[in-house]
Amino acid sequence: MKGMVEIRWHGRGGQGVVTAGEILAEAAMEEGKYFQAFPDYGPERMGAPIKAYTRISDSPIEIHSQITSPDIVVVVDPTLIGLVNVAEGLKDGGTIVLNTSLSPQEAREKLGLEGKNVRVFTVDASQIAMKYFGRNIPNTPMLGALVKATGLVSLESVIRLTEERLGTKVSEDIIQANVKAIKEAYETVKEG
Amino acid sequence: MAKQIVKALDGAKAVAEAMRQIEPDVVAAYPITPQTEIVQTFSQFVADGLVNTEFIPVESEHAAMSACIGASAAGARVMTATAANGLALMWETLYIAASLRLPIVMSVVNRALSAPLNIHCDHSDSMGARDAGWIQIFAENPQEAYDNTIQAIRIAEHPDILLPVMSMQDGFITGHGVERVEVLEDKAVKEFVGEYKALYSLLDIDQPKTFGAWAFYDYYFEFKRQQTEALSKVPQVVREIGKEYGELSGRYYDLFSAYELDDAEVAIVVLASTAGTARVVVRKLRQEGIKVGLLKPRLYRPFPGKELVEALKHVKVIGVMDRSIAFGSIEGCGPLFLDLCASFYTYGNGKGPQIVDYIFGLGGRDILPEQIEGMVKELLRIAETGKVPYRVGYLGLRE
Amino acid sequence: MAELKGWKELPLGAVVLEPGSSAEYITGTWRSRRPVRDEEKCTHCMICWVYCPDSAVIVKDGKVQGFDYDHCKGCGICAHECPVKVEAHAVTGKPGKVIQMVEEV
Repeated sequence: MKGMVEIRWHGRGGQGVVTAGEILAEAAMEEGKYFQAFPDYGPERMGAPIKAYTRISDSPIEIHSQITSPDIVVVVDPTLIGLVNVAEGLKDGGTIVLNTSLSPQEAREKLGLEGKNVRVFTVDASQIAMKYFGRNIPNTPMLGALVKATGLVSLESVIRLTEERLGTKVSEDIIQANVKAIKEAYETVKEG
Repeated sequence: MAKQIVKALDGAKAVAEAMRQIEPDVVAAYPITPQTEIVQTFSQFVADGLVNTEFIPVESEHAAMSACIGASAAGARVMTATAANGLALMWETLYIAASLRLPIVMSVVNRALSAPLNIHCDHSDSMGARDAGWIQIFAENPQEAYDNTIQAIRIAEHPDILLPVMSMQDGFITGHGVERVEVLEDKAVKEFVGEYKALYSLLDIDQPKTFGAWAFYDYYFEFKRQQTEALSKVPQVVREIGKEYGELSGRYYDLFSAYELDDAEVAIVVLASTAGTARVVVRKLRQEGIKVGLLKPRLYRPFPGKELVEALKHVKVIGVMDRSIAFGSIEGCGPLFLDLCASFYTYGNGKGPQIVDYIFGLGGRDILPEQIEGMVKELLRIAETGKVPYRVGYLGLRE
Repeated sequence: MAELKGWKELPLGAVVLEPGSSAEYITGTWRSRRPVRDEEKCTHCMICWVYCPDSAVIVKDGKVQGFDYDHCKGCGICAHECPVKVEAHAVTGKPGKVIQMVEEV
């Protein structure tokens, strides 16, 4: 499958992880690409560690297996680091984007990725979420960080689709807070 | 070809979208994971006034199908959706819908039956209903789930058929998997499905009818024979409508789809989303020079045995992949294997390939390309040595 | 009995197309006891007509005419519900009600 990128998301139920994966997929659609976005649901409810997957490709995607060796891992909840093996199966040359207050170097150490051919990005998305929403829902800022780290889709697409998604559910203030959070994460994500 | 809009939809929303465009007269449904999203989305369409459908919230799936039967007998175009234990609870009424010749269309988002309690995909639910007299169609992805839902209306209501249709897709894998779906314009769908005019209606007060009267040993048998006659005409109708839908949408549908099968020495036969994964494996192995092909049945009931034998008779070994067990059947095999073996016995002139069954994916167990590749290697060994190590194997099972 | 039809001749789904065709089925043969009415003393109160589960009480112009013995199953509800007492019934000669049950002969 020519040019297919596989992404695994880690987060907790209620943090909008599945939604983030879907927004990314929709952004890919707008850019004329093929995509899949699917959750790995258990019986869990809010707070339980969950995984979700996104595939983006230039050609139709036929595979319907889960993703075992992702090109990109996105960790939406910082407390999962150490609790869940978030780097499991990450491809050589792959990318991991973490929501954490740690520096990329510290995160690399904590995940046992020293010396590995893996790009590590960190952003304090929880702090950004608290700043703009007053609640720890770091999914949209993590999209901003992911876009900066990987260039998979454009920032503009992600912002517009986030606005559309939230449009019917929340007030204009909250939508604009999300836009600011996405931009701040985009600007402050660090590689190391 | 009609204009289409590309949308990001999961399989459940794709079905709900098709239902919105079809705009049936009545939908009676009860929510159950992973079908809930269909009912939830469609009832929102009703609440928002986007469709002029009578939505009947009911207290159980038995009630859901009972309400559908009543509405359909009254002459309405009727749709519903369910999964797993909900489908099992409908068991009695499934037979009634088919026997009364009511063209109800039901979306089934396949999920494992309890126990142990499980919400993920396998095919045990709809396979348990395979003898109920319904037409059964499987979809590989959200696009097919959308397309099949629209075609199911025409198949069910065809004057030669008048039977209910179950339209399947894999729970979570495609039911909750967002993919690229090309959606027809509302007008095109409305024109394709047309107006439904029931053959008989309970509400025809000028010519009153009785539905559900009894028939004992004097007549019951004859009505069952009528049902098999109607089912025998289904393949032809499915083909015609699949072609007509292809002319409209650019996506043509048949009884099954074959991939790299013409010169194949070994073949995989598998339903639904796993066919996509298997196609990826076939493509890879073909590049390595391995003569493997794939056959994905779309119509499962009635089973197009004659056509499948014709398509598969030249291969040496067939690996059937079954996502359910027909408990108590030979060697603990699955239903697809049983049907294919019976088809070769019936239509194969006493000859046929070796057929081996692989049970996989029960309760949502993931199936990986490497596992299918391993299976193909085994099929090649059988083709080479003629020795079948076992008739029914398991993929992804811990010993 | 009429000749039974083959499967190609029957309406789909066992739908009965002819309204009121159940009248052709003679259920009166199930009866072991039959109701009889004292015509003179009957007040035409219609209680029997209301209660009869088989619509087998024949009424014309507001008057009870008798019973439809082709469909009366002899359940005795009419006799049980009849509110008019007699000292000697015109048919049975016995004291009791205007409608009484007798053995089927």
